[in-house]
Amino acid sequence: MLDSSTQPIEVTGKAALSVRGLTVSLPKGMERAHAVQGISFDLLSGQILCIIGESGSGKSVTAHAVMGLLPQSIRVSEGSIRLGDTDILTAGSEKMRSLRGQSVSMIFQDPLSALNPLMTVGAQINEAMMAHGVGTPESRRIRTLELLAEVGLPDPPLMYRQYPFRLSGGQRQRVMIAMALAMEASILIADEPTTALDVTTQAQILKLIRDIQRRKGMSVMFITHDFGVVAEIADSVVVMEKGRIVEQGSADQVLRNPSHPYTQRLIAAVPHLTSEDRVPPENAGAGGAPLLRVENLVKTYRSGSKLFRSERVVKAVDGVSFDLSPGRTLGVVGESGSGKSSLGRLLVKLMESDSGKILFEGQDIAGLKEDDFRALRPKIQMIFQDPFASLNPRSTIGHSLTVGPVAHGVPYAKARADAQELLTHVGLDAGAFGRYPHEFSGGQRQRVGIARALMFRPRLLVADEAVSALDVSIQAQILQLLDQVQRETGVAMIFITHDLRVASQICDEIAVMQRGKIVECGPPSQIFLNPQSAYTRELVAAIPGEQPGA
Amino acid sequence: MSTLALPAAPARWWQNRAVRRFARHRLALIGVVMITFLTFACVAGPWLLPYDSLFIDLRARFSPPLTGQHYLGTDPLGRDIAARLLMAGRISLLVGFCAMVLSTLVGALVGVIAGYRGGWIGAALMRMVDAFLAFPSIFLVLALAALLKPSPIMITVIIALTSWMEVARIVEAEVRSLREREFVQAGRMLGLSRSHIMFREILPNAMGPIIVAATLTVARAILLEAYVSFLGYGIQPPLPSWGNMLNGAQQYLASAPWLAIVPGITITMAVTSFNFIGDGLRDALDVRSDPV
Repeated sequence: MLDSSTQPIEVTGKAALSVRGLTVSLPKGMERAHAVQGISFDLLSGQILCIIGESGSGKSVTAHAVMGLLPQSIRVSEGSIRLGDTDILTAGSEKMRSLRGQSVSMIFQDPLSALNPLMTVGAQINEAMMAHGVGTPESRRIRTLELLAEVGLPDPPLMYRQYPFRLSGGQRQRVMIAMALAMEASILIADEPTTALDVTTQAQILKLIRDIQRRKGMSVMFITHDFGVVAEIADSVVVMEKGRIVEQGSADQVLRNPSHPYTQRLIAAVPHLTSEDRVPPENAGAGGAPLLRVENLVKTYRSGSKLFRSERVVKAVDGVSFDLSPGRTLGVVGESGSGKSSLGRLLVKLMESDSGKILFEGQDIAGLKEDDFRALRPKIQMIFQDPFASLNPRSTIGHSLTVGPVAHGVPYAKARADAQELLTHVGLDAGAFGRYPHEFSGGQRQRVGIARALMFRPRLLVADEAVSALDVSIQAQILQLLDQVQRETGVAMIFITHDLRVASQICDEIAVMQRGKIVECGPPSQIFLNPQSAYTRELVAAIPGEQPGA
Repeated sequence: MSTLALPAAPARWWQNRAVRRFARHRLALIGVVMITFLTFACVAGPWLLPYDSLFIDLRARFSPPLTGQHYLGTDPLGRDIAARLLMAGRISLLVGFCAMVLSTLVGALVGVIAGYRGGWIGAALMRMVDAFLAFPSIFLVLALAALLKPSPIMITVIIALTSWMEVARIVEAEVRSLREREFVQAGRMLGLSRSHIMFREILPNAMGPIIVAATLTVARAILLEAYVSFLGYGIQPPLPSWGNMLNGAQQYLASAPWLAIVPGITITMAVTSFNFIGDGLRDALDVRSDPV
């Protein structure tokens, strides 16, 4: 889907950057002794090299080592990084400073924290040039405006005077790219530049990076965890696992014919769009009365003050209606700000709705007071997005699991027995009961989160981005676990996600949300193969590395 | 499946990062040593010394420190200063400690409720805190002490009454940010009662700042007690306190300076030690103070 008419200016076999035997040591007491160990690879000039790996694989450390930006406690202990004729590791800090920006520049995952909030966009790009003593104030200003236009920002003179907080995530990332281009660096290092962005914005930024790379013949080192992105942009690929390179080669070769088992596993774990609808669990009540019926639900956020006429009104959830039968899964998909998370919180009543009905087992719970609703809470449970934040850091896992049932009158001994049984059931050791959350990995914590939600044997589970914070291989395991749980207990699920690929794995039906409204609702096959609304079509087209129906 | 293997059991407590950070803070360690020493001396000292704090040795009036049997000298009535200093320490440290406990309890209670409930309840509570803060506390203490019969318990209550606001403010700010965290939402989802969430889920997570504030409150309370007693409205003789020992020393400042110097140094030691410990705890509980 990228424009292939712009051919690369030159693809020579010359290495723009070559890393040999790089070993970076970690301070004592960390999980392992080396962040990366003996890695070697070449970034050929005029190419895009993707470094892919899961969290903790050492991919970001590699990028930071090349920029000379490693924190002081982590040191390169062996190896060389050659940039043309210079060895970066032995170059002095002055030399490095002039290399940074002029020869190598970098863009980051989170463009908001990487931009100075107190400076206008123009001034920051200007500063990048000024720091290297280039041009006059007037020439720099003209160049900045050119750059803003080059990265596709509308109305450059206006954009020049904007502050970062006024821009959207995608616009900020464009500004970062403009800054990186300011010094005409020959190498661009991009550290997960699209991970924090919506899928449609991600597609635009990927296209921009690819276009600029071709136009200027730059070399790009692109760090990512997403094989979809790799398929979209890479010329060659380096796969990292636990600080080592397990496989490298051309993008075609690695994606089509992965030779290392780790790569094979990773690629197999990547969720794909399926055109086949899920076989609903046998215990799903398809025909009978719906477990949950939502009618015309509305939630409006107000900020500012009516008095000073500065009130802003945002309709987060705007007249949403749907039905959900027991044992079925409804996916709610949308980009950030679409209201999908607000909808989830309304359904479990962590937030009060403004109007509309939530009929749960025939009873309208929308207007119930907190104290009246408490007795119903065990039937409606939620799995939270962030397994780090959703467990009380000061409570043992056992306490987190049993506190709910005990508060609802279950004897502690029974709650403990249930909890231990559930922990084994979700694939954790029963010994986890007495441990604290910080002793677990992200995937393990999410299993705890699922176990907590299942303690009550709920009728309805709301999973809010339950797998978004996890690596793909863990993601696949958790999705499988959720599917298994549903088949065993017949629980109905609402699965909120921004990732259509994930939704297609687990949902019987998908509702696409945009600006608080459901724009389309149907089984995955319809959403992906025959989308009815323009917005859905756009979303599906933006998924990296996918051809619908393939 | 290797990803599901549990990590090794936690290390011993002295290998804990927070403990190590605290141990790196040298002044805080000195503070701990000094406070331990002072407390131990005040508890056990009076039994070990040759003289009782009320024993009057008329022949040895005004004897300077390190002469004869009186290690720290005697006062105008011939009472042993060392014995009086340690007895006074019991009172002063106890008043300081109890005032801290009381003000921390009140402050934490007000802070948690104001922070978690927010809205008009929170606003009303916090305006009350502001009102208390707006009172010049020294005058409030003096006025109350002059009106009420000054006993150690009364002094403790009065001091606590003027120093709980700081804890309340710290706790309120902390709870307000904790309230938005997902584990609190998870608590609501489980159907836990409001008070359970406030005191069992949120409060333990706000313990760090509370402990720091409590330590600093002890220092403040000791100082305040000394101040009030020095002015004669606090602990009344013959019960000794560090403050009223200073009071008695005023008129002999030129002829017998040790009468003021000995309790003065002790107060300084106690207060600075508590402040150092507070600083050390603040750094120890702040993950960001780890050297990079």
